[in-house]
Amino acid sequence: MPAEETFEHHDYDVVVIGAGGAGLRAAVAAHESGARTALICRSLLGKAHTVMAEGGIAAALGNLWPEDNWQVHFRDTMRGGKLLNHWRMAELHAKEAPERVYELEQWGALFDRTPAGKISQRDFGGHRYARLAHVGDRTGLEMIRALQQRAVSSGIDVFMELTVTDLLKDGDRVAGALAYWRESGRFVVFQAPAVVLATGGIGKSWKVTSNSWECTGDGHALALRAGATLLNMEFVQFHPTGMVWPLSVRGLLVTESVRGDGGVLRNSENKRFMFDYIPEFFKAETADNIEEADRWYEDKHNRRPPELLPRDEVARAINAEIKAGRGSPHGGVFLDIASRRTPEFIQRRLPSMYHQFKELADVDITKEPMEIGPTCHYAMGGVEVDPDTQASLVPGLYAAGEVAGGMHGANRLGGNSLSDLIVFGKRAGEYAAAYAKGLGAQRPRVNAADVSRAAEDALAPFGAGTAQENPYALHQELQETMQDLVGIIREEGEMRQALEKIASLQQRARNLSVEGNRSFNPGWHLALDLRNMLLVSQSVATAALERQESRGGHTRNDYPTTDPFWGKQNVVLALTGEAGQGPTTLAVKRQALPEPPPELAALLEDAH
Amino acid sequence: MSYDLTLRIWRGDANGGDFREYVVQAEEGQVVLDVVHRAQATVANDLAVRWNCKAGKCGSCSAEVNGYPRLMCMTRLSIFQPGETITITPLRTFPVIRDLVTDVSFNYERARQVPAFTPTAEQPRAPFTMFQPDVERSQEFRKCIECWLCQDTCHVIRDHEENKPAFAGPRFFIRYAELDMHPNDSLDRKKFVQDEQGLGYCNITKCCTDVCPEHIKITDNAIIPMKERVVDTKYDPIVRFLGRRKGTKA
Repeated sequence: MPAEETFEHHDYDVVVIGAGGAGLRAAVAAHESGARTALICRSLLGKAHTVMAEGGIAAALGNLWPEDNWQVHFRDTMRGGKLLNHWRMAELHAKEAPERVYELEQWGALFDRTPAGKISQRDFGGHRYARLAHVGDRTGLEMIRALQQRAVSSGIDVFMELTVTDLLKDGDRVAGALAYWRESGRFVVFQAPAVVLATGGIGKSWKVTSNSWECTGDGHALALRAGATLLNMEFVQFHPTGMVWPLSVRGLLVTESVRGDGGVLRNSENKRFMFDYIPEFFKAETADNIEEADRWYEDKHNRRPPELLPRDEVARAINAEIKAGRGSPHGGVFLDIASRRTPEFIQRRLPSMYHQFKELADVDITKEPMEIGPTCHYAMGGVEVDPDTQASLVPGLYAAGEVAGGMHGANRLGGNSLSDLIVFGKRAGEYAAAYAKGLGAQRPRVNAADVSRAAEDALAPFGAGTAQENPYALHQELQETMQDLVGIIREEGEMRQALEKIASLQQRARNLSVEGNRSFNPGWHLALDLRNMLLVSQSVATAALERQESRGGHTRNDYPTTDPFWGKQNVVLALTGEAGQGPTTLAVKRQALPEPPPELAALLEDAH
Repeated sequence: MSYDLTLRIWRGDANGGDFREYVVQAEEGQVVLDVVHRAQATVANDLAVRWNCKAGKCGSCSAEVNGYPRLMCMTRLSIFQPGETITITPLRTFPVIRDLVTDVSFNYERARQVPAFTPTAEQPRAPFTMFQPDVERSQEFRKCIECWLCQDTCHVIRDHEENKPAFAGPRFFIRYAELDMHPNDSLDRKKFVQDEQGLGYCNITKCCTDVCPEHIKITDNAIIPMKERVVDTKYDPIVRFLGRRKGTKA
């Protein structure tokens, strides 16, 4: 087929893959830097996973607590990440987030206000002060609309419902990408010296997840296959509060704002159990009694309620309560805001949660508690990038947002994701544009043979041999494997088992077969996505096996504590073999974590 | 508790198509999108359907369920009679691409025509001072998830292809209302909405409000006030005589 097909061809300076918060911000930045910019998204514009973000954007605006500043935000982020963050990214993020938030307002975003008419800020886990700029509990939607409207009014070329299957290179450098229109299945070749990956997360490889179908780790896999490295893939955040019932919505996110706004966790004995799970690391800043915890919402001179510990701590505690037999009827625990706030308050602050439970579970959250449990939510690990430029090890390849690693260390604080998108999206777009411009006439060229090979690979599922595999069935097996063997609590034997299973799935994936033709064919799309999901799952299991300690979003039964040695190590992965009939192999490397300069290190010592 | 459910789904493309029946297993508490996915995974691997968040937040899985425009992810199976066959068709107002997927590019072209938010001379640079009661009116319209159900149901363009070049549709009227009510926007888009975007075609039957999954009061809170403002601008003899001060909001 590819031999006779004439490929659509486009030439740009910068191609941005993904149109969530990071991709949109990167495209706007590249465009404003004067680069000819293309923005590619797999869905319609404005549907990316960013719309699902609920709680808010963390930025030390100091609108409610003048004591707040970038230093405190930096410190909270690093401590929340169990000090495994790249300090420079955490610093840039804390310093630049306020300006990026104001920029959204400049472009038309309408945040909720303080009585003085400033942007309001709300409490979230791990943040010392009320810090999250928000719009009810639909902040992600507001952010994506503001960015989308900015991108559209700037006249940036948007390619909707187009999927990138491979990056193309010229020697060591990125030269472009091959993609197909989901509508027609026809291929498109992009020639561009700079590519920004902004493809988001990897959650679709787990069974219980808050992530949409798009979170298949495409950017992680594209980067690996292009010769870039992945950093700390073992750290996967399980958000403590996903819906558990009905089964149809299992995993669907329940915003942390419920707890920020006063909600508490209870077990089947009606006990506020989080007081039993305060780790040593956070003792000095966490309330150990109900009275002090309840005073904190109004007076920040008290210590924080334990329900607002970082997400990894809360998820583990919920997991432990359920395992101890103190769970709710459908295998979760109770999240109660009904007994603590008025119905009017709840409906005003949490309108979409009210709506979600009412319409999908017949639960009125102003009258009764919610049943919730952990759900796979966020990849802290990602493409290894330079903290200032977001450049990967491959010249011309950049990554920003969830697909990039380093910013969040071992665990991400709520609210830091949306700010990450706009801070590093902008940087990636600007540096990608500058790189493209700096090349002058020395631009890399796409190689026709590479294009044909990539197109043939993509069409393979239409010409499968006898041992045919169904992509939907294979996907389900992968999800069960990752859920059961590489979940919240891990151990060596199970991870080895997972790696064997993934290897066998990779073998079977070569025989994937799809019916129908290339026009909007979800079976074919899934078959192509699976290749990425398998590689990313292998990366997570490989890194998780390597790190012999428990820290943040990586908990080992066989190594239950943090280890100072591992506190100084990044786990870095590179692809050493794929394609053909051989197994997919990854090289694992331990790499020293960069140390913060003394003035920043001093900020981390401040326990309260 | 699982049971057998009969789905009747339109399958086809721009050249035509027909209904196909699928019997699939359904579970208690499920929504229409669940059983469509079930059909896709088991008996119709290439069934084309758009979806993303499955939580009513992205507005991708719009279709007509028993003839009524709905988000499939927010339509519980429990609203149907036991044993009832559920019929699913693509949005009628937009051209079919394949199965339940339609070409909604009309909406993205209209989005490009919206003159962007432009701050006032009084507050040209964020942070802006704006108060909650003043931002709330526009915030209601910014809840829009762009599912295009209001566009689909609007009789001005449903079955009236000839009106499309002249009519932006309810989604864009709330967008213009949102900008018009923004406390710090300076552009006057009223003439543009009336003359170029076809606000006058709407005869306020409120069908758009009925289908809005975000419960935005499209007609009462956006379209009617916009129509009133347009009329004020056009016919207010004092404004016509003295001219309109830039930046004034009606």
